[in-house]
Amino acid sequence: MEIIVPLKEVPDIEKVRFDREKGRIDRSSAESGPNPFDLNALEEAVRMKEEVGGKVTVVSMGPERAEKTLRDALARGADEAVLLTDKGFSGSDTWATSYTLAMAIKKIGDYDLIFCGEKTVDGDTGQVGPEIAEILDIPHVAYVNEVIERHEEKIVVKNKMWGMTCTRELKPKGLMTVTKDVNEPRLPSLKDKLRAKKAEIVKWDLEELSKYGQGENFGLKGSPTSVVNIEVPKEKGRECLKFQGPDAVEEMLEKLESDMGGI
Amino acid sequence: MAYDVDDAQGIWIYCEQEKGKIHPVSYEILNKGRELAEALDTELVALYLTPKGEDADELVYRGADKVYVLESDIFDSPDEIPFKENIVHMVKEGKPEILLMGATNFGRSLAPRVAAALETGLTADCTGLKIKAGEFVQIRPAFTGNILAHISTDRCPKMSTVRYKEFEESERDETREGEIISKEPLHRVEKGPKILEEISEDKVKIQEADIVVAGGRGLQESNDLEMLEKVCAEIGGKLGASRPLVDEGWIDKEHQVGYSGNRVKPRLYIACGISGAPQHLAGMKESEKIIAINSDPSAPIFEHADYGIVGDIYEVIPELIEKLKEIKNL
Repeated sequence: MEIIVPLKEVPDIEKVRFDREKGRIDRSSAESGPNPFDLNALEEAVRMKEEVGGKVTVVSMGPERAEKTLRDALARGADEAVLLTDKGFSGSDTWATSYTLAMAIKKIGDYDLIFCGEKTVDGDTGQVGPEIAEILDIPHVAYVNEVIERHEEKIVVKNKMWGMTCTRELKPKGLMTVTKDVNEPRLPSLKDKLRAKKAEIVKWDLEELSKYGQGENFGLKGSPTSVVNIEVPKEKGRECLKFQGPDAVEEMLEKLESDMGGI
Repeated sequence: MAYDVDDAQGIWIYCEQEKGKIHPVSYEILNKGRELAEALDTELVALYLTPKGEDADELVYRGADKVYVLESDIFDSPDEIPFKENIVHMVKEGKPEILLMGATNFGRSLAPRVAAALETGLTADCTGLKIKAGEFVQIRPAFTGNILAHISTDRCPKMSTVRYKEFEESERDETREGEIISKEPLHRVEKGPKILEEISEDKVKIQEADIVVAGGRGLQESNDLEMLEKVCAEIGGKLGASRPLVDEGWIDKEHQVGYSGNRVKPRLYIACGISGAPQHLAGMKESEKIIAINSDPSAPIFEHADYGIVGDIYEVIPELIEKLKEIKNL
């Protein structure tokens, strides 16, 4: 079973700072690492490999420094890592990103399943997984929150759609996106970290991927959408009317009565 | 496959249904779509793929000038591929300028496939849509809700998914007139991954609740949720929870409010023993009125609440239940 996990390097969302004046994200203000949702996808891929055998390849599009994030993925159980890095990839929107990742997957060629995180914590779109599936013309299952069976020829999963829990079977070639509920990602051991440190990271650039797709579909010029403005909204705090002491509940209910006619 | 704006016309709304029942997000987008259609002086078209199309006039009452109805059994299950094939087919024929879809789980899974097939842009989870100097501007939160990005699309259809509960539903007006056009769906389409089983749940539907009473880390054990259930029973609320309670297995994920759970916008949100981590705030700060009950007067939840009680939830909540009972018996 050959499994591919697309993975993104993202800033630590808890720490990253936003410049309200300039409407900018200061990416240097926080450390970067693998997108948390992608770790669930990677964990699922490693479990699949452990159960039915095979190989896990992680693919990431990003700057040279994203190598670090790929090494982290190798330490967590991936066998091979590919970094798609080129100035020509910068400015990619979700469609161009999906296209670039899909062309890299085409280049890898020999794969059975693709596992993605449901979304990234920075872009927050959740679109790249299903878009890759469409570009590669393979089926997908989104928002998988439970894996029930793993076999050589299929994986049986559950997700929630239309207010129902659906059980679906995904056969090669296919793609799924997973939620955080699907598993608890493992932590890398020291031994694995050392192994990952020495591992080779394969790098592909625009020229390499252009052999598989059309040059005009990459990067900024391949992107149908563009950000025209960024607003960093002020946290809309509220004026809290606080009540304290033995009569707090009664006082609050009276106030609610006069403000909004009670609960 | 995408086309120029000069060749495009009209605003299309993909109206989602679940087992033949129109999803309320469709009415919310029809409302927004109506506003955009007026601004662009163009028509508003509903695209309705359904196992049974007899309620299509409902979409006219809610603001559509025209409804394309594609009726088939293949639309009776949430399998993205047949929906995608048919939407793409219709779009290529009708060439809308804008295509809007609901950001439900299904919409979020389907829309990217449609956009990728049409080789056009898709803006996810929009919270605002407007026409500025004749241009369509899509506004969406990113970075876990820390920023709002304004996005434009340079080819057609310009596609966006719209967050559920973001816009008001359009008013229902039975005197509205519109055209209902039946279209033959593409039946012989490929299918997606086989659906082995569908179990419909007696869903909590916390997103549709008028009042949410939610518990957090301030609760000491799972049984204490009963206390909050009593509050719910008194005021007709639905039970919510912050993520730690769900992680502990005290309560089902359906009840989770927050960035990775449900986003709710009830008339009243009562946060009990919730400190107000950004993760949680992202799911409830848009509530109309917020009451916070917490023993720590410096808890961030108070900065986002309209009313607060500083006190031990184990004293405050039982008293609240008593008082609510008294009021009811008056």
